[in-house]
Amino acid sequence: MASAITVLLDGVAAGMLLFVLSVGLSVTLGLMNVVNLAHGAFGMLGGYVCVVLLNRLGVPFPLALLAAAAAAAAMGFVLERLLYVHIYGRDHLTQVLFSIGLVFIMGAVADWLMGARTQLIQLPSWLSGRMEFAGIGLGRYRLFLIILCGFVALALHFGLVRTRFGARLRAAVDDGVVARGMGLPVGRIFSITFALGSGLAGLGGALGVEILGLDPNFPLKYMVYFLVVVAVGGANSVAGPFLAALLLGVVDVAGKYWIPEVGAFIIYTAMVVLLLARPQGLLARAK
Amino acid sequence: MSIVTRRSAITGFGIALATPPLAIPALAQSGDVFRIGLILPMTGPFASTGRQIEAAIRAWLRANPAPIAGKRIEILLRDDTGVAPDVTRRLAQELAVRERVQALAGFGLTPLALAAAPIATEAKLPMIVMAAATAIIPSRSPFILRTAFSLPQATAPIAVWAQRAGIRTAVTLVTDFAPGLDAERAFKERFTAAGGSVTAELRTPLRNPDYAPFLQRVRDARPDALFIFVPSGEGAPLMRQFAERGLREAGIRLIGTGDVLDDDILNDIGDSALGAVTSHHYSAAHDSAENRAFLAAYAAQAPGQRPNFMAVGGWDGMHLLAEGLRRTQGNTDGERLVAAMAGQEWISPRGPVRIDAQSRDIVQDIYIRRTERRDGQLWNIEFDRVERVGPMG
Repeated sequence: MASAITVLLDGVAAGMLLFVLSVGLSVTLGLMNVVNLAHGAFGMLGGYVCVVLLNRLGVPFPLALLAAAAAAAAMGFVLERLLYVHIYGRDHLTQVLFSIGLVFIMGAVADWLMGARTQLIQLPSWLSGRMEFAGIGLGRYRLFLIILCGFVALALHFGLVRTRFGARLRAAVDDGVVARGMGLPVGRIFSITFALGSGLAGLGGALGVEILGLDPNFPLKYMVYFLVVVAVGGANSVAGPFLAALLLGVVDVAGKYWIPEVGAFIIYTAMVVLLLARPQGLLARAK
Repeated sequence: MSIVTRRSAITGFGIALATPPLAIPALAQSGDVFRIGLILPMTGPFASTGRQIEAAIRAWLRANPAPIAGKRIEILLRDDTGVAPDVTRRLAQELAVRERVQALAGFGLTPLALAAAPIATEAKLPMIVMAAATAIIPSRSPFILRTAFSLPQATAPIAVWAQRAGIRTAVTLVTDFAPGLDAERAFKERFTAAGGSVTAELRTPLRNPDYAPFLQRVRDARPDALFIFVPSGEGAPLMRQFAERGLREAGIRLIGTGDVLDDDILNDIGDSALGAVTSHHYSAAHDSAENRAFLAAYAAQAPGQRPNFMAVGGWDGMHLLAEGLRRTQGNTDGERLVAAMAGQEWISPRGPVRIDAQSRDIVQDIYIRRTERRDGQLWNIEFDRVERVGPMG
């Protein structure tokens, strides 16, 4: 029983991490209708920034996380202004080709700068090790992931629902033409949102170095996972991808624990089943 | 699909870079040069293997600058990216046909070595396998000689040692690919033959994001020891999570083959590797005059880096080729070279080794090592050894 709860919590931690990594993609896809396969590249950037700051410059871990998010957000902002603006409104094939090309470029750059090997970080001592509550063991780092990512998810949800910016964003997405007619700076809202999504991916990438590993193949290796979260969660809310990421994290971890023989396939099976049951996404209203 | 695209893109790029400065057809005809076509993964996920072997070969050439039997040794390095057997095969063919090399060497992974084997047979070129470790490789061509190791060879001694160290039950955790299954089988065979029992056999997918669920399972099974085999870069996250999950506190010992605690990455893995017991043929901490000479030569070539078991495979491969050339008195006929090299015995930096005359595979001592901290660095300290282990364990 205790180990079942440990497995469940491990799954929740994995799901939370997956959520932070992919929520930006659901924003770009759902809100801006851009298929951005390069999303993982921002996660990779955040990961590398974190590794360099921690290992070479000895920056404390929380600061390195912030810097990773900031760097990925800045990169997202610049690339959105320079490149992505040109593919808004183009057909999806163009967007796919463009963004997959970007993934290759960024992978090659990472390979060139940092080498192809898996990067390792040394977590601070307050995050390593394990705790026990009533016989239930949980790694400190995983607990940290659950708390931090939980906060991020809450902040995003209330940001989207309660703030003025959130309201403008939802308006711009619901009907861009009318929003523009009402005087909303739709272009600027999109670039800020894009930067925010990239920054979150950067944060997720930095958080994931310890658990997911980091090498120049990162964006391709996890692209499928991000897409699964967005596909299952539905692409225009925060709660949908959140639930989807949690569900997939738990199913993935639990599957590998109880039936390791087929563990690797379970996440895809879950995706197929969920998509058959709810093709619009978990929480999306049917159109 | 996308992965293949990226890899082939990089391959093309790598070849474009590698070819022009090295293609010097005028030299190919001259009789006083012995040309070795070296095929290694210099980019991609296994670049560390290529880098180590190349540095060791350059170090060997630097330490042995004199011509061998009147021949100057020339290396033609090609990058096969480590993941594309068809590329390895093509490069081997180009080296044999266009560059007229007199030997092939390198070969980072099993599928790559297998892809090049028919070319060696057809062109009658000695093929020195310096890294790839699946047992069957030398049987695929009468021209293959191996200076690396084989998986059953490295695995069997740890199973025997575990039994002697009072370990009665074990769980195996291997990556689900050919070498992993080789290791799993070899360990189980030896361990059960010695009276132990394997209570669970876990296999993780090759592209596995998270070891957590597998390790939790191990923790619940409470064996005396966990035997692991994963590709070398994967060792670090696995060790970390082994420590984080408190498996050691639960009384589970970590054992495995030495490639997981490869000298190249050992210090990056950090303290979670401390106390792990592994079996392998080479540790940079090996105490011998030959190893000290090797370390010095390697440090001169690649300052600040530590050679690993891949590097020693490259170094010994060069030694073997040079000895073969000496014995044929400079005759580069492939069949005569292979005959001259098979059966060779010498003291390698790893200890005494022999190329078995029949199987053309290496026979060597396998050491049992414990990871310890010495002078602020982590080392695999050898504390026991099994002498003259054959390629099948």
